[in-house]
Amino acid sequence: MKPPAFDYQEPRTLDEIVELLARTDQDATVLAGGQSLVPLLNLRLARPDVVVDINRVPGLDGVEVADDAVVLGAMARLATLERDPVLADALPIVPEAIRLVAHPQIRNRTTLGGSLCHADPAAELPAVAVALDARLHLRARDGGRTEEAAGFFQSVFTTSRRPEELLTAVEFPRHQGFRFCFEEVSRRHGDFPFVGLCFGVRLEDGVVTAARLAGAGIAERPLRLPAAEAALVGHRLSGDLAEVLDAASAEVDPPSDIHGTASFRRGLLRAVIRRAAARLDQGGSR
Amino acid sequence: MTVPTTPAPARMRTVTATVNGVTRSAETEPRALLSDFLRHDLGLTGTHVGCEQGVCGACTVLVDDVPVRSCLLLAVQADGRRIETVEALAQDGELSGFQRAMRDEHGLQCGFCTPGILMSVTAAEREGLTAEQTTTEVLGGHVCRCTGYQGIRAAIEHHWQEAGR
Repeated sequence: MKPPAFDYQEPRTLDEIVELLARTDQDATVLAGGQSLVPLLNLRLARPDVVVDINRVPGLDGVEVADDAVVLGAMARLATLERDPVLADALPIVPEAIRLVAHPQIRNRTTLGGSLCHADPAAELPAVAVALDARLHLRARDGGRTEEAAGFFQSVFTTSRRPEELLTAVEFPRHQGFRFCFEEVSRRHGDFPFVGLCFGVRLEDGVVTAARLAGAGIAERPLRLPAAEAALVGHRLSGDLAEVLDAASAEVDPPSDIHGTASFRRGLLRAVIRRAAARLDQGGSR
Repeated sequence: MTVPTTPAPARMRTVTATVNGVTRSAETEPRALLSDFLRHDLGLTGTHVGCEQGVCGACTVLVDDVPVRSCLLLAVQADGRRIETVEALAQDGELSGFQRAMRDEHGLQCGFCTPGILMSVTAAEREGLTAEQTTTEVLGGHVCRCTGYQGIRAAIEHHWQEAGR
């Protein structure tokens, strides 16, 4: 229950970080908030040669709001984002989902970028990123690139981030006219959910004209639900959603594991869709 | 099966931090956890170590006023920071207000989880959180196997009432 020995590096600039990550002679791991990495070190499930602690590099935790997008620095702590009044106004689904992540003592350290790069398939924030078509800004020594959230999350704890790349910022498009909410079922508040759902709709006279749904805990990665989204269009949130629920059930193939069977998760997915629809019908988040 | 090779001993580092108002310095390996640094290197054994994966909350301390899990921070990360542990709460042998409330309301039995709870609640009090926020959100980050939480919740409510919050 103690970390294995590693070389500890504490870069002070972004250039120094990507220089360290570019070294191919060693297996380097980025230490951001450490709320997933340090447990993995303690359990010796992670045994990196080098831990690159990026906590003393300034400028990676900004909150920038533009008309069409909100850009959040990868090192922004969840506790900070949770309380940011500008973010609460511009993109309230993010603080709403953050309040479901672990406990305040953990959120004081957890970072947005760490949560996305860890890529737990049941985690809330990756599902939000997928539902909103977030764009992930990655930097390496030899340049930067941008990856869509849908392509970033590949499998359990696996993303398309290359070892030499650092996630620097996450750009969330502001979907005009949409309202989003997050619903989940977990064993205890703060646990990873069995199933979570980021649910967004655009309404005209109470009728759904467009929908964005992404689930957590229903596959090896956060997944959009295009059939359920299509089935929602033309419906009222207060109306009969049987068609939507059936479409969602049919398009997922959830895992059976120690936490629950596939059919249990399918049932929960139907439940969170119903709950989210009811909440947005009553106003919900924006 | 491959056998892990024994790595070369890591370079020791000096960590200097203000701990409970006093500047403390000690040599440590980079892999040392803050919880072990406090207990083994500084002799502050009031911080308890439970799960070492961030779940139980027993090791919670304040770093620059913010409650965090000391088992999920490396000691080297605390270099230059201000740390408060449970040893700082009682002044001149007098329990803090919330410590007294915990005793009066039977907020502990075995006491293993208590130091972490004391630190989280102390931070909540300073931050001006309500009793409701403290008994739900803040206490939610701590596992207590003795009390069923009733005594701890009563202590929070009692202490907040007494202070007229």
